[in-house]
Amino acid sequence: MSVSAGHPYVEALLQGSRGLPPSPLSWLNQRRAQALERANALTVPTTRDEEWRFTDLSPLTKMHFQPVQAAGALTLTLSDIEGMLVPEAGLRLVFVDGMFAPALSALDGLPAGMQFANFAQGFKVGAALAEKHLACHVGFDDNVFAALNTSYLRDGALITLAKGVVCAAPVHLLHIATQKEAASYPRCLLIAGSGSECMLIEDFVSLQDGAYLTNAVCEIVLEADARVRHVRLQRESLNAFHIANCAVVLEKDAVYQSHAVALGARISRHNLNVVQNGEGAEMKIDGLALISGRQLADTHTLMDHARPHGKSTQLHKCIAGGAAHAVFNGKVFVREGAQLTDSAQQSRNLLLSPKAHVDTKPQLEIFADDVKCAHGATVGQIDAEQLFYLKSRGLPEAQARNLLTYAFGAEIIDRIPVPSLVARLERTVLEQTQTGQQPS
Amino acid sequence: MTGKNAKILLQVRDLAATVVGVEILKGINLTVRAGEVHAIMGPNGSGKSTFAKVLAGHPAYSVTGGAVQFEGQDLFALAAEARARAGIFLGFQYPVEIPGVSNSAFMRLAYNTVQGARGKEELDPLEFDDHVREKMKLLDMNPGFLDRSVNDGFSGGEKKRNEILQMALLEPRLAILDETDSGLDIDALRVVAGGVNHLRSPDNAVVLVTHYQRLLNYIVPDYVHVMDDGRIIKTGGKELALELETRGYDWVVDEYKKVGAAV
Repeated sequence: MSVSAGHPYVEALLQGSRGLPPSPLSWLNQRRAQALERANALTVPTTRDEEWRFTDLSPLTKMHFQPVQAAGALTLTLSDIEGMLVPEAGLRLVFVDGMFAPALSALDGLPAGMQFANFAQGFKVGAALAEKHLACHVGFDDNVFAALNTSYLRDGALITLAKGVVCAAPVHLLHIATQKEAASYPRCLLIAGSGSECMLIEDFVSLQDGAYLTNAVCEIVLEADARVRHVRLQRESLNAFHIANCAVVLEKDAVYQSHAVALGARISRHNLNVVQNGEGAEMKIDGLALISGRQLADTHTLMDHARPHGKSTQLHKCIAGGAAHAVFNGKVFVREGAQLTDSAQQSRNLLLSPKAHVDTKPQLEIFADDVKCAHGATVGQIDAEQLFYLKSRGLPEAQARNLLTYAFGAEIIDRIPVPSLVARLERTVLEQTQTGQQPS
Repeated sequence: MTGKNAKILLQVRDLAATVVGVEILKGINLTVRAGEVHAIMGPNGSGKSTFAKVLAGHPAYSVTGGAVQFEGQDLFALAAEARARAGIFLGFQYPVEIPGVSNSAFMRLAYNTVQGARGKEELDPLEFDDHVREKMKLLDMNPGFLDRSVNDGFSGGEKKRNEILQMALLEPRLAILDETDSGLDIDALRVVAGGVNHLRSPDNAVVLVTHYQRLLNYIVPDYVHVMDDGRIIKTGGKELALELETRGYDWVVDEYKKVGAAV
């Protein structure tokens, strides 16, 4: 293996991966080695890179990282994480600082034909399927974070549904950060067989308020006619860095629906690439970033229409208070031959303070001639007429502002089909907007 | 009509106000006593709606002169929300749509805020639900409106009913209804007017801003004022509204100008 003199930050992160024991699966060792090579060759992007123009990662490169201790996964008990559980989800996989925590997980009652397990367990039956897809959809050739994650690839969540299997209740994939100055590499692979259905709640939380890095990769494959709902909650510590790469591949007539909510982290970046690989596939993508203080939340999405009759709808909202900075870049590709594509993208942004900042960039690239593509972006403040209306009924200024902020976010939150999460998020939005306001 | 001894609720003296630097109100004088109904009429652009919004504390308007006392206190010392709690209610000409805020949650917040400020009992969601449904009957409103977002997708008539519903809940001392009759068909007008009449008492007062006499068939005013160019230029009884209906406004304006020229 050639190890070049890489970026010092990348070097520091890679220190840990070199000591990892090899996997019995040779293809996995091979992919890790390839990723390691790429990680060594690549460097941390700067604002000179077009894809990172608005997101300055230099605070991340200045941070010190300690190797992750296995203790976290072993010492936590269910009572420590009670407040994070989702009552609607009977099935739960918990990873603590990137390590599988079997005692915190709940894996009984899987529908026949479905797997929901960590890699070590899941590969006993699902290795062939994993080999076909793992590290194949989130490319790491030119993505240093995906390369780092893949070079660390040791454990993760494997979710597979055989043809026609329907999992009615959502499954909860909970990632808990407990260690400061640690880097963790959550990994998820979901393969929904043809005609199957499931809902995944991917949830990132923290039990501490220190600085750490979560570098997550998620790959989701929908075979023909499969339906997957993907609820993604990023509730990291306000000093954390969260970088996530998610790739979704849709075969014929598959439907992927995503609800991504970013609340935490000092700097977060979420790349979501959805490729429509079969005719008639549909993607519905909702996003909400609610940030304040000095937070930065960056969402980059790509809706890639490669086949005819595809449909995509996207609504992305940012609410920025304090001196927060929200970034949205929404690419829509309509490739040659992807005729009769129907795509609609909306980026709506609410600035709560004069120092808050948003950069929004819809990006359409269309190479087919018979398509319908709509997009729009708005940036605004709390509407003065709505505010006056509420105040004219006696509501105090701060409460009226909170209510309007909440209403702006509620459009996204209310579409999440998990009542306990909706209630929790609504509370969070109200609390967060309240702390961002001057007391009246 | 009430006697001259009834308590003065609102006293407006030489009120002047601007919007984006343009003077709209140029010296309004008006006294409203408890139990009275005042109608303010006048041509488009005469300043009627501006007057209503200034009293409610709309931020787009700057008061540049004069004084307004509401129940003895300086109205302009109070923020819009404090005016509402003190008992001023503005029925909007164009009620604002607020998608994402449920009508029932909004009205309960408003109700409890105002009740709390008056030292009265607040209601929990279930109690409030019973209370508001009772009030909705008065306005012949479908309870389904409670579950919708505030005014979102309501028809013109539904929005106006929703305004009067809020008035019924907040029990203001002074209700200023800005063109509540616009956009209402005759049945809706009757219902809305019936609701307003039901809420009248010797302790409160209503100021109706309207273009048309027809509303005044249902809510009979004690005084009719004609506004033009930012001033009240004529005041009469309910019969003045009928005269305006047949003769228009020009004669009032001419009469005012002649008097002005003679002085």
